[in-house]
Amino acid sequence: MPWMSPLARIRDALAGQRARDKDLRNLVSNLPYEGLDKWKQPNRHFRNNGIKTTKYSVLFFIPMNLFEQFHRLANLYFVGLAILNFVPVVQAFEPEVALIPICVILALTAIKDAWEDFRRYKSDKKLNRLPCFVYSSKEKCFVEKRWKDVRVGDFVKVESNDIVPADLLLLYTSDPNGVCHIETANLDGETNLKQRRAVPGVCITVSNTDILLIIHAVIRTGCLGFSHPDLVLKQHLVYLKGHETKAMLNNNGPRYKRSRLERRLNIDVIFCILLLFTMCIIGSLGHYLWLESMPSVPLYLVPQTDGHLDTPSLSSFYKFFSMIILLQVLIPISLYVSIELVKIGQIYFITNDLDLYDEETDATIQCKALNITEDLGQIQYIFSDKTGTLTENKMVFRRCSIMGREYPHKENECVRRALKMYIYKIKILMFTKSLPPNQQETEVILDQKLLRQIRGTEKIDAYQDFFLALAICNTVVVSMATAKRLRVSARLTAEFQQTNQSNPLDTLSSLVRRAGSWTRLRAPITSETSANDLTTQGQSVNQTGGQTCSLHVPPQGTAPAVPAGKLCYEAESPDEAALVHTAKAYGFVLMSRTPDSVTVQLPSGAQLRFEVLDTLSFDSNRKRMSVLVRHPISKQCILYTKGADYAIMELLETPYGEKQQKAIASDTQQHLDCYAKEGLRTLCIAKKVLCDGEYESWAVQRQHALAAMDNREQLIMDSAVQIETNLCLLGATGVEDRLQDSVPDTVMTLREAGIQVWVLTGDKPETAVNIGYACRLLEQDDLVINMSCKRNSPCIPRYSEDPRNVDTTPDISLVIDGRTLTMLMSPDLRDRFVDLARHCRSVLCCRVTPLQKSEVVKLIREKLKVMTLAVGDGANDVNMIQAADIGVGISGQEGMQAVMASDFAISRFKHLKKLLLVHGHWCYSRLANMIIYFFYKNAANVNLLFWYQFFCGFTANAMIDHWLMIFFNLLFTSVPPIMFGIMDKDVSAEMLLGLPELYRTGQGKGEYSFFTFWISMLDAFYQSLVAFFIPYFTYRGSDIDIYAFGTPLNTISLFTILLHLSIEIKAWTIVHVFIILGSVTLYFIVTLAYGVRYLNYSGYWTLQAQMVDPMFYLVCLISTVIALLPRYLFHVLKNSITCSPIVEARHLDTLEPSTRDQWIKEWRSFRGRVQDKTSDVSSVSYADPKASLASLSYSSNGYIRSSDSNKTIGAL
Amino acid sequence: MMASGYNAKDEDGHIAVAGLGGGALRSRKPENTAFKQQRLPAWQPVLTAGSVLPAFFIIGLVFIPIGIGLYVTSSNIREFEIDYTGVDVSSPCFNCSQNFNWNSTKPCTCSIPFYLDQSYESNVFMYYGLSNFYQNHRRYVKSRDDSQLNGDPTELTKPSKECEPYAFHEHKPIAPCGAIANSMFNDSLELFYIDPNGTKVPVPLSSTGIAWWTDKHVKFRNPGGNPNLTAAFQGTVKPVNWRRPVYELDSDPENNGFINEDFIVWMRTAALPTFRKLYRVIQKRNGLMPTLPRGNYSLDVHYNYPVRSFEGRKRVILSSISWMGGKNPFLGIAYVSVGSVCFFLGVVLLFIHHKYGNRSSSADMSH
Repeated sequence: MPWMSPLARIRDALAGQRARDKDLRNLVSNLPYEGLDKWKQPNRHFRNNGIKTTKYSVLFFIPMNLFEQFHRLANLYFVGLAILNFVPVVQAFEPEVALIPICVILALTAIKDAWEDFRRYKSDKKLNRLPCFVYSSKEKCFVEKRWKDVRVGDFVKVESNDIVPADLLLLYTSDPNGVCHIETANLDGETNLKQRRAVPGVCITVSNTDILLIIHAVIRTGCLGFSHPDLVLKQHLVYLKGHETKAMLNNNGPRYKRSRLERRLNIDVIFCILLLFTMCIIGSLGHYLWLESMPSVPLYLVPQTDGHLDTPSLSSFYKFFSMIILLQVLIPISLYVSIELVKIGQIYFITNDLDLYDEETDATIQCKALNITEDLGQIQYIFSDKTGTLTENKMVFRRCSIMGREYPHKENECVRRALKMYIYKIKILMFTKSLPPNQQETEVILDQKLLRQIRGTEKIDAYQDFFLALAICNTVVVSMATAKRLRVSARLTAEFQQTNQSNPLDTLSSLVRRAGSWTRLRAPITSETSANDLTTQGQSVNQTGGQTCSLHVPPQGTAPAVPAGKLCYEAESPDEAALVHTAKAYGFVLMSRTPDSVTVQLPSGAQLRFEVLDTLSFDSNRKRMSVLVRHPISKQCILYTKGADYAIMELLETPYGEKQQKAIASDTQQHLDCYAKEGLRTLCIAKKVLCDGEYESWAVQRQHALAAMDNREQLIMDSAVQIETNLCLLGATGVEDRLQDSVPDTVMTLREAGIQVWVLTGDKPETAVNIGYACRLLEQDDLVINMSCKRNSPCIPRYSEDPRNVDTTPDISLVIDGRTLTMLMSPDLRDRFVDLARHCRSVLCCRVTPLQKSEVVKLIREKLKVMTLAVGDGANDVNMIQAADIGVGISGQEGMQAVMASDFAISRFKHLKKLLLVHGHWCYSRLANMIIYFFYKNAANVNLLFWYQFFCGFTANAMIDHWLMIFFNLLFTSVPPIMFGIMDKDVSAEMLLGLPELYRTGQGKGEYSFFTFWISMLDAFYQSLVAFFIPYFTYRGSDIDIYAFGTPLNTISLFTILLHLSIEIKAWTIVHVFIILGSVTLYFIVTLAYGVRYLNYSGYWTLQAQMVDPMFYLVCLISTVIALLPRYLFHVLKNSITCSPIVEARHLDTLEPSTRDQWIKEWRSFRGRVQDKTSDVSSVSYADPKASLASLSYSSNGYIRSSDSNKTIGAL
Repeated sequence: MMASGYNAKDEDGHIAVAGLGGGALRSRKPENTAFKQQRLPAWQPVLTAGSVLPAFFIIGLVFIPIGIGLYVTSSNIREFEIDYTGVDVSSPCFNCSQNFNWNSTKPCTCSIPFYLDQSYESNVFMYYGLSNFYQNHRRYVKSRDDSQLNGDPTELTKPSKECEPYAFHEHKPIAPCGAIANSMFNDSLELFYIDPNGTKVPVPLSSTGIAWWTDKHVKFRNPGGNPNLTAAFQGTVKPVNWRRPVYELDSDPENNGFINEDFIVWMRTAALPTFRKLYRVIQKRNGLMPTLPRGNYSLDVHYNYPVRSFEGRKRVILSSISWMGGKNPFLGIAYVSVGSVCFFLGVVLLFIHHKYGNRSSSADMSH
């Protein structure tokens, strides 16, 4: 190694710093320098490609972790107490002993953190070791290297379906046009393919000779963004590695949300602190009075070391602190740790629930937020997205209207339905995902009439245009089936994400799985064989199904030579895919798409290559997209536009034009309305022929817009708007988005559970209302208020009328339009809006923007002080998900963004039902009871010491050895409450699902309230009184010594506390029995061992002596009985006399399962009757509120639908 | 009631799906085990009047006899108590109580006559009782060195810090050190039976067997193997308040030094400010004679221990104890009353069960 002066090294380091900080970055290829010393490498200043997500390093783990932990106020408090122990005047017994609990807790947390960090380290290592190909000038070929060894300035080859190891600059692709497509799901969650072009002007020859090119690529830092692995590419590429380091997803770890319960808990902790201080002040005052009352210095008063006695006031001042140390357990030091453990346990059970597992996607529920499980049991409002959440977001072409004629595709529906059933069955049988995912889109059953139309000669232009528009006007990427996109990395990255969320449950569960595997029973072989039988059956069914389909497919003879079936379409939105597939089914096959051209194969077999002049991509303001192409034959410039109906209808050629056009427009509009009522998503297709001059002038403007530096977006949009005028309507399509499985049932159940369900969607009102009916969000008998206003001004003054009459109507549903919503959200109206919305059974907001969604959630959450849950699947729901108390993401068709922002990620909307009704209820009631019990436990134990102060001159003495006191909390009574918090079950899952009303117990204040807290504290006081004074009166005046007196007290306390828990436990399993008995055994073993082992212990042989004394047992027995009698009686009376739903449900739970199910069924039907009755009554009273509301809604250009009209719509 | 059982539906969580990358990926399907699916067989007791009725009656039926037994046992215990503090001017010990000095060499004695109207048949335990003496004071309790008391020769001359300020006297280690030892009760009590003819017959008092066996034989030990205690305690001084050094507590070598039982008893600090400590045992001599016959007695006190500073009282208690210790009717009364309350509650619950019980069984939730 050549010598380098330290000065030179420093200079070099500084230069490196400058190079990194620069905005413009000069990169030099590594090739000429290969094999040279590190100091001579031009890119040495840049960091290597290894990633490190770990928080700690091995060396500094302890100080860093301690620093982290001391950020928690509670820990600081406890450490402060521990330090107080070492202050001599406080006269703590053994200061070292006082350190044990805080040390144990810090150690536990540290171990947890270390474990998480280690997992992160392992996943980093795995990622860093992934292979990639880097060009080596020595070997003259691409050699395999590990990711972390990739350096800035390397040439990297990425093949199809490879994961991109770093931020790269694309130099060359195998595609002649220099295009590649990447998927960025790991960066932004978008699953569609994105096009990237190679840097123009770079010419590389990939040959066996050396690459002699040195590229001074100029990359603006951040311009490329960072790229995370998982980009899927085509063929061979050569990349120059760009960014110095691969930044991680901007994953800040789990978001810290504090649950409502935790907030209440903190208030109660403050109460405990107040209580502690009161007790300490009493002790301090008592000590003062006690000292004052002495006539002279008694024998037992020990002076200080130097022989003098403190004055009573000083001594009592010191005693205050001694008391704090003595009674510190009143503030539950281990509560926070216990809560965390309990929540981890709860999440473990949630993630392992089979009912929340989806076979199709092989996904279980993911819990990303570890600390808000109990909020799931208190939800009052659910805000749901529609598309992809309530519906499957798998678009199926259903109907179309061309030139004013409707083609209903009736056969489509019935055949598909049958087919789908079979496919579903097969899927279940095979447990597989191997069926092509887009099978449903590809199979469009053709409308015979339309088919004839196309084949016929008349009007061919319009029809051809329509289908050409379907085929061309999109951003669908065509790929061959052989190069089909593979989700190789999905699993890897998912794991990766999970580790980053520091979710320790995976390993936990794998551990348990390993441990539990020996108990697992294999399914009998017979069932496997029968499954095979069914599978083959299913396959044959599938074949026949395929045959039925093929009947409708155009004859193969007309089909071209190119195997069109092998084409694969990757679309940005499912709608587009559905339309392209439809076009393909009618013979207009989209063959390929490059940035400059689109090739379409016509039914005749001829292939047309359209030159793409421009693509005006979709944006939410224009609500349409257009493609400008040059027709290869006529050389005409044609603009195909596709968009929302109102966005297109406004732009049609002047209505004073041809009469025919006008008729077509009105007919199409009629069809569109009809589609919308059916719940179909509608799109209008239009076309415009431009003359060359028109195009030329526009193109210049467009170039200006594209080249503009400021306000570029606006200019581009303006230019698009400019050309999208005077369109000629071709037709409209209706695409169906089916409801997900058991959505209506879930919505119904959630509403029965007292949860208000709101749907916030970007769709049009008609579509949304129909989906609303379909998923039973709206009922036939509901009074639906439809608020939509075209202009802002008139409705504001009129709306101020008091909607008080709303109270009298039971079932009101509100349908609000996005624009109206904007007005209602204005500061002067929002209170009234909230007031109205509160009375509504369900609210549907249509055409809302993502921002509005989150605003609505925030408004309701803040105004009504309710627990809210937002559920959605797409990027447009992210705001809402983050605004709500709980965000639930659905991992569906639209990528991972919602999931990444969410607290819980599920795969189906229906999972919400069990998640809330069962797990939410359980988590809440478990945790609430656990916390209350924890407070009780500590208070009951500590009060014993407090009562003793009255008999030891308030000298802060304890009658129980310090070690045993610490063990009492740390060992003997710590596990049972944790188990109670994880495993208790007040009502079985079947009952909770059968009677959604039970969920209401958790809403509002629920089980953990001010009242319950103080009741249990009072109980703790009472029990400690009993546990102290029964032994006191028994042993009063006898020759009992301190520790012999403390032993029965401690034992009574243990029994009382554990039996108290036994009363609270609602369901006993073998685990409960084992842990409770284990705790008792542990107590006796440890105390006995301690009594023998430590000669220095003044309580030597105490428990042994006590245990041969019958009095000990008699005292323990009666004290425990008296202490628990009130609580026991309270429970008995509560369960016998009052009739809370939970208690009733628990009664039912004890019945035979069959009887119970029968009962639930009967009860549900009975309730149905009652509801019918009430709705009959209410329909009579409709007249009045309707009248009052009429003024309100007419004024806002809206309309009220009577219940009758609803019925007719529903029947359509 | 076992409310739920194992469900054996598709008991398998591992379906190997041929991954597209070539490797077999494991399905993420959770295992269908009773534990993971929270379907462990569970017993779900619902505490209702009907189901807990038997418990209340059983408690009543068990507790009342126990209580009666305890009460009877307690009332059979004979206890006699004499307060010899000498607060009252008429008391024989008044003079002794008035002028007191730890270091006085001249013992003050007083003699208290009393009359036992019932004879004690079996062994009698003689206690001294102190009241208002806070042996459980925090610093007092700590003020001892257990290692020293356990005969550790190195600790003997190095009393622990806890003993301060009773660790050293004139730069010499105190043995036994600490406030507890320093304040040891040092009255000596003698009991005389006064014959009907007027002669004082001393009642033989046994001073051994009053401490716990483990304390005497394990916890407390004299330092070193030296049978000569004077030599063993060489280099130490007696506690300030003591009149004699620790190796002169008793003439019996088995009851001298740290293993002196009076000392051991004192070192077990009392739990409550009013306490008694076993002083002597009066053994039953032969089968026919009562241990303490009916008649006149005299208690001779060498009055050394000051209690006026804390307004304490000194007592002597003669007690014939049983298995339940001293005389204390509290526990018996408690058992009887709790038993009765439970029985009464049982009746009340029976009534409630009849009134509401049918409703819960029909489980009508319609309201």
